[in-house]
Amino acid sequence: MSEKLEKEKSEIQKKKKPNKNKEIFLVIYIFVFLFLGMMGYICVYAYENKETMMNNSYNAGQQILAAQNRRGSILARDGEILAETIISADGSEKRKYPYDSLFSHVIGYSTKGKTGLEKKMNYYLIQSNAPIAEKMENSAADQKNPGDNVRTTLNVAMQEAANKALGIYEGAIIATNPKTGEILCMVSKPDYNPNEIPDIWEELLKDDESGVLVNRVTQGLYPPGSTFKIITALEYIHENLSAYTNYSFTCNGSIRIDGSKIQCYHGIKHGKVDFTQSFAKSCNASFANIGTKIGWNSFSSTLDTLLFGKTLPYELESAVSTVKVKAGMTTQEQMQTAIGQGETLVSPLHMNMITCAIANGGVLQMPYVAAQVENGNGIVVKRFSSPGKTKLMSEQEAEILRGLMREVVETGTGTRLLEQSYTAAGKTGSAEYNSARDSHAWFTGFAPAEDPEICVTVIIEGAGSGGDYAVPMARRVFDAYFGN
Amino acid sequence: MEQYITALSKYFIAIFMALYTYESFSVFRFREEKQRRGIYARQVILLIFVHFTCFLTICVQTGDLQYLFFYAFQQLAVFAIIVLCELIYPTINKLLLNNMCMLLVIGLVMLTRFNIALAVRQFVIMLVSVVLAMCIPYLIRRFPKIKNISWVYALLGILLLGAVWLLGAVTYGSKLSYSLFGVSFQPSEFVKIIFVFFIASAFCKSTGLLQTAYVTAVAGVHVLILAASRDLGGALIFFIAYVLMVFLATGNFWYLLLGIVGGSSASMAAYRLFRHVQDRVQAWKDPWSVIDGDGYQVAQSLFSLSRGGLFGLGLFRGAPDDIPKVERDFIFSAVAEEMGLIVALCVIMVALSCFIMFMNISMQMRDPFYRLAAFGIGVIYIFQVFLTIGGDTKFIPLTGVTLPLVSYGGSSVMATLVMFFIVEGFYRNRQDEGVVYVGKVGKRKVRNTEKEKTE
Repeated sequence: MSEKLEKEKSEIQKKKKPNKNKEIFLVIYIFVFLFLGMMGYICVYAYENKETMMNNSYNAGQQILAAQNRRGSILARDGEILAETIISADGSEKRKYPYDSLFSHVIGYSTKGKTGLEKKMNYYLIQSNAPIAEKMENSAADQKNPGDNVRTTLNVAMQEAANKALGIYEGAIIATNPKTGEILCMVSKPDYNPNEIPDIWEELLKDDESGVLVNRVTQGLYPPGSTFKIITALEYIHENLSAYTNYSFTCNGSIRIDGSKIQCYHGIKHGKVDFTQSFAKSCNASFANIGTKIGWNSFSSTLDTLLFGKTLPYELESAVSTVKVKAGMTTQEQMQTAIGQGETLVSPLHMNMITCAIANGGVLQMPYVAAQVENGNGIVVKRFSSPGKTKLMSEQEAEILRGLMREVVETGTGTRLLEQSYTAAGKTGSAEYNSARDSHAWFTGFAPAEDPEICVTVIIEGAGSGGDYAVPMARRVFDAYFGN
Repeated sequence: MEQYITALSKYFIAIFMALYTYESFSVFRFREEKQRRGIYARQVILLIFVHFTCFLTICVQTGDLQYLFFYAFQQLAVFAIIVLCELIYPTINKLLLNNMCMLLVIGLVMLTRFNIALAVRQFVIMLVSVVLAMCIPYLIRRFPKIKNISWVYALLGILLLGAVWLLGAVTYGSKLSYSLFGVSFQPSEFVKIIFVFFIASAFCKSTGLLQTAYVTAVAGVHVLILAASRDLGGALIFFIAYVLMVFLATGNFWYLLLGIVGGSSASMAAYRLFRHVQDRVQAWKDPWSVIDGDGYQVAQSLFSLSRGGLFGLGLFRGAPDDIPKVERDFIFSAVAEEMGLIVALCVIMVALSCFIMFMNISMQMRDPFYRLAAFGIGVIYIFQVFLTIGGDTKFIPLTGVTLPLVSYGGSSVMATLVMFFIVEGFYRNRQDEGVVYVGKVGKRKVRNTEKEKTE
């Protein structure tokens, strides 16, 4: 009897069981789910924001690390020390820049605030990935650990060549490998000696005229002048892929449409020119004419693709290039814009990026300077590469532009690059920036023309024509690269 | 030698803690306490290891021997708690006991690291609380009438909360505490328990519509007083406990849905109406934009969290004191910074293990009062853990509640210990009343007493 009851009872309870506690199970599931979500979130959040949070000035983390580690060095691509921290006998630390002003803007400083790579790579420089045994030895000897070093893509010889080429002029030079995005040299003048920053700081703050602290490569904005014809040409080719070779124009040294006049540089009469010659000889009249023939809506979207008006995909602060293209532009505005005058402003870095895309089959491999982080013993801790790539134009368009730019060197404004061991190509520019017709000298180009390995962009403020001033400087950078 | 200790200890702490956490979940593989004996023994050993390693680090880091004495007292106390409970109440749940001790130990270690005076004070409160709380299982057996006096709980809760609201001192913008003989005292911590008892006793009579309305009215008064006192965390905890307990008591999903909808709209209304709610939400959405004001605490907490890495910077090697009120509301971030993310996540898991055990015990209760009360206490406990850790890590807006058993705060630790021992008392009752296991693991248990009745 009792067995039977027992059995019945357990059966009843078996039936009842899933019912009875389902509310409690539900509540358990809800909370377990919430907590798993929260735990996952905590891990992801703490890991993903580590770097930005460490760089926040409210975070005591930097002081904690600075007390434990000696700030790491910044190295050139072949290991030359560009910045290091020396500990003197009395234990005080000093940041030393062995090349003085040579790398001033790209490396920056870390004494009065931080700029350049000193700022960008701060997170890595203050960490130490020294082997644990070494850390313990240091701790026993009451010494700091060696911070991690950052190796850059910069080439000292090229930086020196570019610096020397620019000489006493103010301006900027950048050279990049278009295939990888590695920046090989980056010079901006006027420059400063980062070793002296604490001493000259007050002076620098007072002086807002020369902009010594501004890295002109990334943050300078200049009228592009004739280098902009690359972009106008791209648009014309884009719209007339099969017919652009039929283009023809007769240049009398100037063009007048609807009462507005555009003159060629120094009023030179180029005579009858086709598309290639218009580009090679940088004929303003012909390009002003082209400017009236392109579709400005389509041009607007081309400029969008070419990153005008956008933050450049670059690791350090950079200026945003601007171009004014709007519906209902007057013919005057169209002609001005087409030849790179007007209200267009471009940074040398941006011009270099566009050149890189042309050199690399239309694809921009985004530029970068910091190559890798290594511990004090040279073991690589973290490797950086180009932040990515983006297509700026079609392969065919890039190829046509390469041909045009080669023609500039062979027969046009860039002939000073002829008869070298390498074949260079490029575009010159003389951008007028005041009513007195003074002009900035531009050159942007690449070599070897057949299979570009290096893109160089030069701007010299107020020097004169690109062909006379910028091209020889670019040549010295090319020479340094190709080992002449 | 010292360097090796400081460098390696954090890894050992993380390993011990991870093993402990593993054990605190492996408990659930077994149904009977007997089968869990080995696990409990290993947990106690690991607990001692963690405790010892932490204090070894503290001593080496500071070079101060007074910490060693303090450690000796703590170790003795933990040992005494475990042994005494075993002697007095051999049938209580050891998982809850061990987890409780582990969380207390982590709290004591962190408090010692901040301020030894604070830690000693907390330690004394802890001892007193444990001694008081240990009487509870006995009292529960002695006074079974506690389930019949719902109106007493209702009155007591409303009176206490109302008194705080009217008379209480203003601390940190919320009126939360009384001062009695120089000891500040937060009644809302204790009213939580009274509140759970109220709902449980009300529903063990009937779960009809009228009774539900009565419970809702009383619960509403509680929540409104708390909201008026600007104790948002408290109001939320009471509300969630109410909703989930009504859901369990009635088994009606509509109540749950209604509760969620009502809660959400009430939150929206609070956001619209109250400036301090808006500030909290703003500090949660983007603490960086208000880092000089309302976002400062959360921003510093996030810095702490991100500095630690998996194994932490090591005790005394971080800067968690940069977070204002770190020892109360942000102790989790401090643990994450100095003891590492692994230990911090283990703390969460241990809390979760307590919660699952609370729920487990609730499921085993046949008496509806015990069942509801154990459930309510579990919900209050885990939801408070969720609020504080979620707030510390910017998962949810900050509500300013403590991490039970770990944070500094006398009322909080005392109330939580009382909660743990109440559930222990329920569990012991069930055990001692002579449970027979029908078959093996996974089958239901039937009480002897009932079996006799049916025969």
